[in-house]
Amino acid sequence: MSETPLSAPQAGIGRSGRAAFWLRNSAGTLFPVATVIAAILALWYLACIPMNAQQSVLEAERAGAIVSPETAADRRDLGGIVLGLRNPGPAVTGAFAQDRPRLPAPHQVAAELWGSTVGQKITSPRSLIYHGWVTLSATLLGFAIGTALGILLAVGIVHSRVMDMSVMPWAIVSQTVPIIAIAPMIIVVLYSIGVQGIVPKAVISAYLSFFPVVVGMVTGLRSPDAMQLDLLRTYGASEEQTLRKLRVPASLPYLFASLKIGVAASLVGAIVGELPTGAVSGLGARLLAGSYYGQTVQIWSALFAAAILAAMLVALISLIERLSLSRMGLSR
Amino acid sequence: MILVVLALIVWAAGWTLNAWLARGRHAATRRVRIAVPAIFGATLIVMWELIVRGLDVPGVILPPPSAIAVAFATQGEILRADLVQTFVKGALSGYAIGAVAAFAFAILADRYAFLRRGLLPVGNFMAALPIVGTAPILVMWFGFDWQSKAAVVVVMVFFPILVNTVAGLADTQAMQRDLMRTYGASYLQTLWKLRLPAALPFIFNGLKISTTLALVGAIVAEFFGSPTLGMGFRISTSVGQLALDMVWAEIVVAALAGSAFYGIIALIEGRATFWHAARRR
Repeated sequence: MSETPLSAPQAGIGRSGRAAFWLRNSAGTLFPVATVIAAILALWYLACIPMNAQQSVLEAERAGAIVSPETAADRRDLGGIVLGLRNPGPAVTGAFAQDRPRLPAPHQVAAELWGSTVGQKITSPRSLIYHGWVTLSATLLGFAIGTALGILLAVGIVHSRVMDMSVMPWAIVSQTVPIIAIAPMIIVVLYSIGVQGIVPKAVISAYLSFFPVVVGMVTGLRSPDAMQLDLLRTYGASEEQTLRKLRVPASLPYLFASLKIGVAASLVGAIVGELPTGAVSGLGARLLAGSYYGQTVQIWSALFAAAILAAMLVALISLIERLSLSRMGLSR
Repeated sequence: MILVVLALIVWAAGWTLNAWLARGRHAATRRVRIAVPAIFGATLIVMWELIVRGLDVPGVILPPPSAIAVAFATQGEILRADLVQTFVKGALSGYAIGAVAAFAFAILADRYAFLRRGLLPVGNFMAALPIVGTAPILVMWFGFDWQSKAAVVVVMVFFPILVNTVAGLADTQAMQRDLMRTYGASYLQTLWKLRLPAALPFIFNGLKISTTLALVGAIVAEFFGSPTLGMGFRISTSVGQLALDMVWAEIVVAALAGSAFYGIIALIEGRATFWHAARRR
């Protein structure tokens, strides 16, 4: 991205260069982003018409309207676009308010999201906040465990050459492996030895956030250069003091970068962990139940709830990152 | 009990050997660098075998590696069919479509600054979301066969590749662009001769991140419905039958396929970016 020069237009007229810079920058991204989002929404509404054409034409026929291939059997083989073009009236009017549309319209999803968060009591199993909390608690527990273990292992790797040479290659290789494949097994095995509820999901979350943290932290703890390490050696600092006063502070930017990856992976882990056991609560369970019963609006709202949750977690970590890095004078 | 003690002895022996190798004179050589993690891995597998046998852990909780190896050898036909269904048909085709689409969008976004400023934050945001969640929707749209798995993979790999490619295309210095301008190079010439080569490390970074995502997407999508074959299908049904040796064999296949996929992309990267500072020694 190009830097906006401080000699931006209007920089000298009444506003400080910095304010002009800020204004131009925020206006420079806000408007394009809003345009892109509006375009996505428009495309989404447009796509609803052919996607839901079968159902809307069927409903129009039942209501007594004359539709273009007259029997349902003839219509079945037609694509949504052809059907929509041949029956423009019913296809457009019927596309946005169906009970079980193939593609729900954005406002239907928004209404369902609103209704199942604000409209329900938090303890009710219809409330998305309740399901979100079930998933979030497993995510956070697993994320905390995975991060703590990852940092410990990274400290070990940095201080022990044997551990570095034996464990580090495996930690890197494990990133190329679809770890999530073991999720169903962890759930069932832990269930068979009597562990259930939040713990199995947290184990999967911990496992998924563990490796990004290890790899990021090892890079971070090694980031002080030889001169800084030499300085601490001339001070007569012990290994432990070097770790505490130099390596850990220097590793924080790397830690936050991997935490953001780790927390997103943890959430995916908790959601996938709810799939194989037929769990009754949690966002993953909502997705699965929705797909069993064809409740598409429910699937989409659960999906958006998961997306909002992920965005909030990443934003929270970014906030902590910005606060701590600026207090340490490391912010750019 | 003897087996457990034996396991501890094996652990101590392996660790001592590794410690000796790591401190030894040849620690920096390539052979030792490969030998140490290999010894570590072998030690873990031998310990696993000995402890599982020593403590009589039931096979429905943790099968010994030998049982997994037997399953791997005897069920080869099923494993191969699953691999073809999930990896070749689902993951690879989706990966190819997603990569090409992301690349085309990245070029467009690079051409029009407005699109870039709008698309990049949205793409960054999407890349952090649990996109696996779209699996039930796409399975509903595209049916149970591999097409729906490929669709999930397309959505999963699209954003990482898009974001990385756009970042890479922006990674030329003003001096280099000015040089191209003094040559009178057109947009396409600048793109082809300067900016695409400069973007390659970023593009390959996105491609490498996406290899794992592609397999994850294809496997998880099968949890929402699949024909009676496929790695995700086999894992979830074998777990239900408590045939854990089969599950582990399937996981070994997934691990091998994932590493090989990543390795191939990394190999191509090495060939394509031989000029890059990080690779010149």
